[in-house]
Amino acid sequence: MASIPTSKGDNPQAPTGAAISVRNLRVNYGSREILHGINFEVPAGETLVILGGSGSGKSTLLRTLVGLETPSGGEIWMRGKNFAAMSEEDRDELRKKMGMSFQGGALFGSMTVGENVALALQEHTELDESTIEIMVRLKLDQVGLSGFENYMPAQLSGGMKKRAAIARALSMDPEILFFDEPSAGLDPIIAAGIDDLILKLKKAFRITIVVVTHELASAFLIADRMILLDKGVIVANGTTKELQASSQPRVRQFLDRIPEPELTGEIDYLQMLTGDVPPIRQ
Amino acid sequence: MAITETIGSATINGLAYIGGLARLAGSSVRTIFIEPIRGKKFHFGRAVHQAMAVGVEALPIVSLISFFIGTILALNAAYELRKFGAMQVVASAVAISMTRELGPLMTAVVVIGRSGSAFAAEIGTMKVNEEIDALETMALEPVDFLVAPKFLAMLLMVPCLTVWADFMGVLGGGVFGVSAASFTWGSYISATLDALQSRDITNGLIKAAMFGLVITAVGCQEGFSTGLGSEQVGRSTTSAVVKSIFMVVVVDLIFTAIFYLTAPR
Repeated sequence: MASIPTSKGDNPQAPTGAAISVRNLRVNYGSREILHGINFEVPAGETLVILGGSGSGKSTLLRTLVGLETPSGGEIWMRGKNFAAMSEEDRDELRKKMGMSFQGGALFGSMTVGENVALALQEHTELDESTIEIMVRLKLDQVGLSGFENYMPAQLSGGMKKRAAIARALSMDPEILFFDEPSAGLDPIIAAGIDDLILKLKKAFRITIVVVTHELASAFLIADRMILLDKGVIVANGTTKELQASSQPRVRQFLDRIPEPELTGEIDYLQMLTGDVPPIRQ
Repeated sequence: MAITETIGSATINGLAYIGGLARLAGSSVRTIFIEPIRGKKFHFGRAVHQAMAVGVEALPIVSLISFFIGTILALNAAYELRKFGAMQVVASAVAISMTRELGPLMTAVVVIGRSGSAFAAEIGTMKVNEEIDALETMALEPVDFLVAPKFLAMLLMVPCLTVWADFMGVLGGGVFGVSAASFTWGSYISATLDALQSRDITNGLIKAAMFGLVITAVGCQEGFSTGLGSEQVGRSTTSAVVKSIFMVVVVDLIFTAIFYLTAPR
């Protein structure tokens, strides 16, 4: 594992230079620990790709970073503040500077595409309707969806939904953008289009981007840095080149797509999820 | 031991559920009435939109059902009363039954079927599609955004629908009274007005407002507790309807008992 900060969770000092700094992060679902002490940093303006197989905890990590899960321990530093230990009001303030693109888009089905993009601006700013309208058009233009303001999400294709969701995530001019499986369920051509869009956004706006994916080709194209999660711990952290050159067995297995023996029972499955051996039930 | 454990855990779950409903109602009251004083926006447009869906669009079906219920009440009352030659009492029987009980209750049943289930389905679908998570990541509180407008709309529209249901019920009874008993429209209306006290109507409306709150809270609560997968939305919707009907009847019983105990003798 390369260049991981080893600070303890009780260090009150905000790290400098990094847009996101995660220290000793632990997340539980009930009594079961899913993430076992995660440490990493994302320098401002860089793209971090979080790789990992199903059940590795990568989605949980992303959900924790955007505040949808509450960590049971550790710190998440963003914009000089510990996101994990904030009041709900402060957390909302920080969230206005973050954008999140969900796996299925998560566009509000009862609103048009334009209304989806306009929502955060209407709720969080004092801008008048005509300014918001212009901004919505600009955002849709940036993702290649000009003229689709009045379409309902259900009328859009999978790739267009993703783009509309990205436009919505961009609406408040975020400093950090999070993507959950941006190319999942898309054909290779549309997926490549989404990758291009992510690269374009990074170049044009110098946004810090965190992407969770298991699509290797896409990951190597868009990433500056990568981490590989396995059973709730980071098994590799480095630049794309460092990961490609890594000889760590789990990294090699993931990158070389070597299959694992099938899981045979519930205990194996739970163990895969958490790395723990659960107590045998009576 | 096992029985006491079951009863204990059922009681705790029941109380926790009611606590959840109260929490939803409490946060909505804060969003509608207190937060705007502190300068936070509340979009009345959303409540108006809900009020149209909950109230105005329900008018035809509420009208029809209440009209028929009024006629049915008159028929049932007349069946017994004609034995005693007391057909003139039909008007007051219909008026009092409609305003005190069946107007609010039948309106609540229609609103549960149309809106309570729709609330659960809407919020449940949003949960499954990660739209609720999306609201949170956009720094928008789902309760403020989704639940509060529904509470406001239901609090206003269920009593309004009930007034209309009362009227249609009396009209339904009147059709029987005029066509099959010896009433004229004038005598039926004056018999109705003589029988009714303002207390009958206000008691019905208080119940209607409470039903509105209960239906909204249960519908939204069931929506938020939807599990993973789209089939769970169907389960939440069914559960919202069943639990709402039960809760409405319980609330009805409690308020009717309170009105009985506090009524002047």
